[in-house]
Amino acid sequence: MTMKSFPKPSELPVPEGAEGWEDIYPYYLVFQDELKEQEDEKFWFCDSQHWPTVFKPFETIGGEFAVKCLGQYNARHLMIPTAKGIDFRVHLGYLYMSPIPVPGEEVAERIEDFEARVGHYFANWEDLLAQWHTKVKNTIAEIEALDFSPLPEKVPFEDITSGKAMDGSERLMENYDRLIQLTYQNWQYHFEFLNLGYIAYLDFFNFCKEAFPNIPDQSIAAMVQGVDMELFRPDDELKHLAKTAVELNLQSAFDQTHDADATLDAIANMDGGQQWLEQWKQAQDPWFNFTIGNGFYGHDKYWIEHLDIPLGFIADYIRRLDNGDDIMRPTQRLIVEKERIVEEYRDLLDAEAQQVFESKRQLAVTAYPYVENHNFYIEHWTMGVFWRKVRELGTMLADLGLWETADDMLYLNRNEIRDVLFDVVMFHGVGAKAPIGAVKWPKEIERRRKIVDALKTARPAPALNTPPESITEPFTRMLWGITTEQVNQWLAGDDEDASQLKGMAASPGKVEGTARVIMHADELSEIQPGEILVAPITAPSWGPIFGKIKATVTDIGGMMSHAAIVCREYDLPAVTGTGNASTTIKTGDQLIVDGGKGTVEIVSGDKPTQVSGPGAHSHATA
Amino acid sequence: MTNAFIEHFDDGIEPKLETLGGKGASLVTMTAAGMPVPPGFVITTAAFDAFIGTSLIAQINELLESVDVDDVADVDEISAKIRGLILECPVPDDVREATHTAYNRLQAQFEQQVPVAVRSSATAEDLPDASFAGQQDTYLWLNGYDAVTEHIRLCWASLFTSRAILYRLKNDIPNDGLSMAVVVQKMVNSSAAGVAMTLDPTNGDRSKITVDASYGVGETVVSGTVTPDNIQLDKVTLDIVSEHIGEKHVELIPDVTTNSLIEREVDADRRAVRSLTDEQLTAVAQLAKRAEKHYGTPQDIEWSVDADLPDGENILLLQSRPETVHSSKKPAAKPAATSGGFAASLGIGSSISSMTASFLKS
Repeated sequence: MTMKSFPKPSELPVPEGAEGWEDIYPYYLVFQDELKEQEDEKFWFCDSQHWPTVFKPFETIGGEFAVKCLGQYNARHLMIPTAKGIDFRVHLGYLYMSPIPVPGEEVAERIEDFEARVGHYFANWEDLLAQWHTKVKNTIAEIEALDFSPLPEKVPFEDITSGKAMDGSERLMENYDRLIQLTYQNWQYHFEFLNLGYIAYLDFFNFCKEAFPNIPDQSIAAMVQGVDMELFRPDDELKHLAKTAVELNLQSAFDQTHDADATLDAIANMDGGQQWLEQWKQAQDPWFNFTIGNGFYGHDKYWIEHLDIPLGFIADYIRRLDNGDDIMRPTQRLIVEKERIVEEYRDLLDAEAQQVFESKRQLAVTAYPYVENHNFYIEHWTMGVFWRKVRELGTMLADLGLWETADDMLYLNRNEIRDVLFDVVMFHGVGAKAPIGAVKWPKEIERRRKIVDALKTARPAPALNTPPESITEPFTRMLWGITTEQVNQWLAGDDEDASQLKGMAASPGKVEGTARVIMHADELSEIQPGEILVAPITAPSWGPIFGKIKATVTDIGGMMSHAAIVCREYDLPAVTGTGNASTTIKTGDQLIVDGGKGTVEIVSGDKPTQVSGPGAHSHATA
Repeated sequence: MTNAFIEHFDDGIEPKLETLGGKGASLVTMTAAGMPVPPGFVITTAAFDAFIGTSLIAQINELLESVDVDDVADVDEISAKIRGLILECPVPDDVREATHTAYNRLQAQFEQQVPVAVRSSATAEDLPDASFAGQQDTYLWLNGYDAVTEHIRLCWASLFTSRAILYRLKNDIPNDGLSMAVVVQKMVNSSAAGVAMTLDPTNGDRSKITVDASYGVGETVVSGTVTPDNIQLDKVTLDIVSEHIGEKHVELIPDVTTNSLIEREVDADRRAVRSLTDEQLTAVAQLAKRAEKHYGTPQDIEWSVDADLPDGENILLLQSRPETVHSSKKPAAKPAATSGGFAASLGIGSSISSMTASFLKS
């Protein structure tokens, strides 16, 4: 059988205006002419699940740290017998990955190490995880303390008397390096338990697949998934705040939430307002360190810095409470259903197998919550503080004339910023007029901005080169939903009936409704109650909107993608990993989403696309 | 309305073998257990007792006393006389009224009058075996109340066939207290039907429900004259695990003019799609699951979709019997109960190595 192929990297057209794009990223991230033969031999799939839009040069840091640390935990930390890490490249602005298998003859000799290491973690899970929390929070506190204030005009007198003999430039340089280093450290911690969580899950998963051939993946997920996870805390805090607001009769203060200050002032002046504000303040630390993005982009907005966002969500909840809706997740129903599923499967086994089933399930139940909860601590909290510090530095440097706004700095890669810092330290130290970069960077940033904008006009290829005959590597299947069937479907692409999309049956249920295509988190407020969310990918931080939609359809993601997990949590149908739903479906299309089968049918695309009116972007008038 | 003479299947009354007979009690039990059978009612033994009263029973007993066991012709003659009495004797008003009310109540569920079946439901020891009465005295496609009452009498009369008389004499079963219940049940107007097993017959995996379905009456599926749709569902979540749309080129459907089944071609459009909607399929699976739970062992059921009944109530159980062929098999791949290593969880040995191989090849 001749295998159909995806394009080679060199075959993908460079969008007009993006010529020279390779130079804006670090050399080690782009495909090399000298390695063409080798790199074309490998199958690369695009991770648009985590990186759906084009990287600005500085933003590759998240991809680099995350994928490096993930792979290193497989390859050298846990000594996973069959999987080394995942090789990765940035091509035309998007991240492509290629898992590295362990050569067959080396698999056996890794098993002993693997069992010892994994066994130790599972035997000491609670203690090690408690330690993890301390480590991660300490790192965040350290990042928070980093100071990027301007260099002093003159060295303070106490540094003279104490004989410190430094001028503050060492602090600036060191703090930048510390910022990068501490962030790297938390990314390393990110994977300390993540791969283990997946291993415990897979252990139970494979047992179930053997005991109950063809058992739906959903059933296995349902038997493991927790119902009350830390990742849902931020959203739950908003729901409680909404309830309190209704109890205290504060609803009227929430009709102009786009102006956060005015809203909070109005609340402060109302009866019971102080009580509400007290609760509001308590909820913020740490739960408002939460982004509507996914933490990997400099433009991701965090609640704590954009209080209008949580206020808008609260206003939505208040409206629904006033309508008599139940805004809380159907926790009790989910628990009952979970128990039923566990019991019914268990009862199908003989006594001996029941014990194994229960012990494997318990391990998965213990280890699995981390898979979701870590997200709050790293992607949301750590990265929220990280990007804030990046903006502090960017602002300070903008004030020195290196560029106009803090965000302009994102067009430099992180190693170029070290050069800029010495430029700054140098000009400041010697008393020159301005850093040299003031004449270099504004022009260069404009050039790069055009390149990034041009790259954004093209969607990434789902994959590159020839796929292997079958994809069975469990992490790839589970995390990215990259399966043999999925790859074949991507390849079939245009041959298929365009009104019928297939993906992963990620969360059961069948509904019909109107599509709302969301390409970016900033568009979330356009969603109307009862619509079906269609997006390249969702982030768990979109929590509040899951309370008002009917179903979710994504381009990328497996059974354990965020959309899948959140939808099961909210009892909504979800089809993930369709490959192209967000570009095939248009807002206003009528869809039938069957989350049990993994199908999406476009019933009618004739309905005119809804026009967002002036008020449609505001929570207050939605 | 219920009285001692009549019991509808869905009255929710504890079924008693001695008043409902074997068949009647079983239909009431199944209905109560969430396994809806074609709707209907039982004319209890109390109705028979009231009918037979004191005078009729006296005449019958007198005739029976004179019978010569060794003279076949004599037995036949006596039998014919008794059955003649039963067919002619007027039914007491209260019994007649109760039967009429029950019949109207059954018909009231439907837009127009539906044909019914009338069958005898013997209490165990009165007849040679349940199947003798149950199968012999089944009258199908009866239209209208008069036809029903006529056949109820025929069922009652069947207590006194020659064979039944001889059987009781030979086994010293007294004629005192002899009674008979009769079942009146809607004829199924089957738009789709088939079988369902509460396991995967290919490997004995009990976490699955396997459904074969086709259009019309289920006979085509059972006899194998069509290739039915074949669907496998997960028993716990009822998600579809796999499905194959069968050819199902013909269907047997009831013909109202002749009160019989006729065969006709299924057009291409209907062949191409599943003969059950999602909701119907789920209902069939739930029915099979309930049958398994009720009987405590894997079941092989026959079911039907009745076109005269509304959605949600139209999936009917026609038969449930223990599945014995496959349920004794162990699942093909039984998980190793003692495997403690996590390496196994990564599929080491099978899938991973083939993955490695394929990656190396590519």
